[in-house]
Amino acid sequence: MATYTLNINGKKQEVDVDPSTPILWVLRDHLSLVGTKYGCGIAQCGACTIHLDGKATRSCILPVSSIGEQKITTIEGLSENGDHPVQKAWLEVDVPQCGYCQAGQIMTASALLESNPNPSDEEIESAMNGNICRCGTYLRIRKAVKTAAKS
Amino acid sequence: MTLVRTKIGRRAFIRNTGLAGGGLVLGFNWLASCKMTPEQVKSLPKEWFELNGFLKVADNGLVTIMSPNPEIGQNVKTAMPMIIAEELDVAWKDVIVEQAPLNTTIFSRQLAGGSQSIRQGWESLRMAGATARHMLKEAAAQAWQVPFSEITTKEGQLMHEASGKSAGFGEMASAATAIEVPEEVELKETNSFSIIGTDTKNVDGQKIVTGKPLFGLDVQREGMLTAMIVHPPAFGMKYKGMNAESVKSMPGIKDVFHFEVYQEDTQKQWSDEGGIPELVAIVGNSTWECMQAKKALEVEWEEGSKLESTAYHEEALSALLAKAPEQPARKDGDVEAAFKKAAKIVESTYSAPYLAHNTMEPMNFFAHVTPEKAELLGPIQTPEFLEQTLVSRLGMPVEKIDVMMTRMGGGFGRRLYGTFAVEAAVISQKMNAPVKLVYTREDDMTQGTYRPAYKVKYKAGLDENGNLIAWHVRGAGTNDDLIFENRFPAGAVDNYLAEKHSLQTNVTTGAWRAPRSNFIAGAEQAFMDEVAEASGKDPIEFRLELFERAINNPVGEPEKNDYNPERYAGVLKLVKEKSNWGTDTGKSRGVSAYYCHNSYVAQVLDLEEGDGMPKVDKVWCAVDCGIVINPLSAKNQVEGGIVDGIGHATYSAMTFKDGKPEQSNFDRYRLIRNMEAPKEIETFFVDNGIDPTGLGEPSLPPIVGALSNALYKATGRRHYSQPFINERPPLVG
Repeated sequence: MATYTLNINGKKQEVDVDPSTPILWVLRDHLSLVGTKYGCGIAQCGACTIHLDGKATRSCILPVSSIGEQKITTIEGLSENGDHPVQKAWLEVDVPQCGYCQAGQIMTASALLESNPNPSDEEIESAMNGNICRCGTYLRIRKAVKTAAKS
Repeated sequence: MTLVRTKIGRRAFIRNTGLAGGGLVLGFNWLASCKMTPEQVKSLPKEWFELNGFLKVADNGLVTIMSPNPEIGQNVKTAMPMIIAEELDVAWKDVIVEQAPLNTTIFSRQLAGGSQSIRQGWESLRMAGATARHMLKEAAAQAWQVPFSEITTKEGQLMHEASGKSAGFGEMASAATAIEVPEEVELKETNSFSIIGTDTKNVDGQKIVTGKPLFGLDVQREGMLTAMIVHPPAFGMKYKGMNAESVKSMPGIKDVFHFEVYQEDTQKQWSDEGGIPELVAIVGNSTWECMQAKKALEVEWEEGSKLESTAYHEEALSALLAKAPEQPARKDGDVEAAFKKAAKIVESTYSAPYLAHNTMEPMNFFAHVTPEKAELLGPIQTPEFLEQTLVSRLGMPVEKIDVMMTRMGGGFGRRLYGTFAVEAAVISQKMNAPVKLVYTREDDMTQGTYRPAYKVKYKAGLDENGNLIAWHVRGAGTNDDLIFENRFPAGAVDNYLAEKHSLQTNVTTGAWRAPRSNFIAGAEQAFMDEVAEASGKDPIEFRLELFERAINNPVGEPEKNDYNPERYAGVLKLVKEKSNWGTDTGKSRGVSAYYCHNSYVAQVLDLEEGDGMPKVDKVWCAVDCGIVINPLSAKNQVEGGIVDGIGHATYSAMTFKDGKPEQSNFDRYRLIRNMEAPKEIETFFVDNGIDPTGLGEPSLPPIVGALSNALYKATGRRHYSQPFINERPPLVG
């Protein structure tokens, strides 16, 4: 066990965990930030996507010991009132079916728009390709990313 | 207005008398996720009045509606309350929706399966709303001393035109609780609906996009332990022994033990099918610590029954297809004689592998079992059956067991089989502590309860004019006999023979989104195109001719045929028109139509050729599911089914070597991804005012046929084995 001070959603948080613990489980089990989802544990499905210094990152294979000073943003911290343009677009398009993968989708989409505010259709599909949606909401995901880009 | 007796679900309308008059004060937690404005705080209700088991009206006119059925992504948590709100005649903005717990005295069929929630809930949901509206009207009539028949309602307001009196529902709610539950209520005419048929957003949308705890895996409780299971590595293996001492002393680990999920005298329900009788449990403080212990633990397994491989399943299914079963499932005319005189004969065999459900939220459940009571909370499609199993397995009376449902991160049939919840309960009972059982993705994918592997052989005979005179289908599946003998083209062909076999295997299987239909539709509709081509006719015209036959002069007793040929032909004609069938789009085009879950779907699919696998450019989809409750979400369901169907037929498979699954995570089990989904899907609903039928499943089965038929156009080759990506030599390039 070791103590880490993490910068999560703009707040310093201290945790005492095994250094190998992926940040996903630190968030979920130790800090009760359960918006970030477990889907595969091997960085294949994207459900666990967070922002690490603004970049979309898979939290399920990222040991807490490797974080250091980097800033973590989770779905809970994407916006204060749930009104980030991507969140608003997701509601406007009514994207979710079961909803489980959508936090990861939103985190990937918001990181994309941060670095590329006006992505082409191909760039959207390519950026979102790492996030699996078993319900098959891919068409609405694309539409919501475009809606958010326009706003 | 239509008068209906309040017989169905009447027990739900009888108030809990303990609450009558006194009202019911509830917490205001539904607003907890948002910061409240001063206006919102001011408008918080002071009292709630329960008018029946489905709804409560607050003094300020807000209405809480209980959504009875489990939510797996089919959006019933929005659609079912919409139906109640419609008949109550309240404005949707004043409705708060809550997930109802399992309560068999109030609700009937609290189950998510078979696309039946809306169809089977339709009458009782309407009555629940209409009954409450009736009681509010009666309360107003008494208060104003005017005849009941002169009271009208609109969007939560009661009005008496002659006297000019009006009141909000909230003002009459207290008095309404004292009104006798009516014997008969008026239902709205379907053409006067103002909520049903309007685009309505998901009631959990805001919580989903902000990451609020909604799912079973998100459950956390004071003192809660995490549990994981270790199951046999191969089907056919069983527990032999282990040395768990070193693992028990790993950090954060509380216990490691072998346990029986079911005991010899446990009265199992159908939902316990697929459960592995003996498992090992690892219980600890956190998920990661349990995962580490799971990796370190060595369990010994021994062979209990045959270790089957995919090659065996394929050979055994082929062997079954080579022989006739003792009895045909259906026989009209004489196919053998018809084949002898046929001008042309077409024969093909289609097959598909096992599939895993792969809900994005792996199986999990929270259980807190003490000697006094059992509390179960989690994602389950069949809470009532779970409760019955727990009565037997835990040895507790039903009134001491509480089962509550969380929102589910996907169902697709997997969560019909609640063995994981039984496991959680048994582990909690042993630990005498609150426990959340979590399956890893690998546990989830390799545990079983798969979509069966299937194989089907078709033979059709055409006369010299290209008319279909004989149809023979013989199908087989693992633990499933595949064939719906009374579905199309039964009733449309003079000489028809349907036969079916089931191959018993120890690889466990279960319902998977649109059971059987998910394979047989694609096979049948691909074969139908082969036959249409041999007849020299256009594939849509060929199908429409068969429907004409079934309409005008059905073969066999008409009521035996499990479809309505007019509605079937209706969706096909609609999709033909919308897709401009017959015009050259420069794309490879396929058509398909299928009936399942009481709904009719026809699709046209355009493929765009390029490098590698052709990409689906556009799908036109015509649906007849009767009244559409929520078009916005109905289209989402249709699109999802299409993406899901294309994805699994193209990319997915579970295979086995000596009983061991060869795929255990998304690195080797391929699911469709964003770039592979169609560029566009356009959905058209038939507007016929017929009572609503299923929608969660029906768009999936036919799309496999449309894809298959378009692939044939694109490549000149038929694709007989799923997944199509494995076709050798490769499909393209």
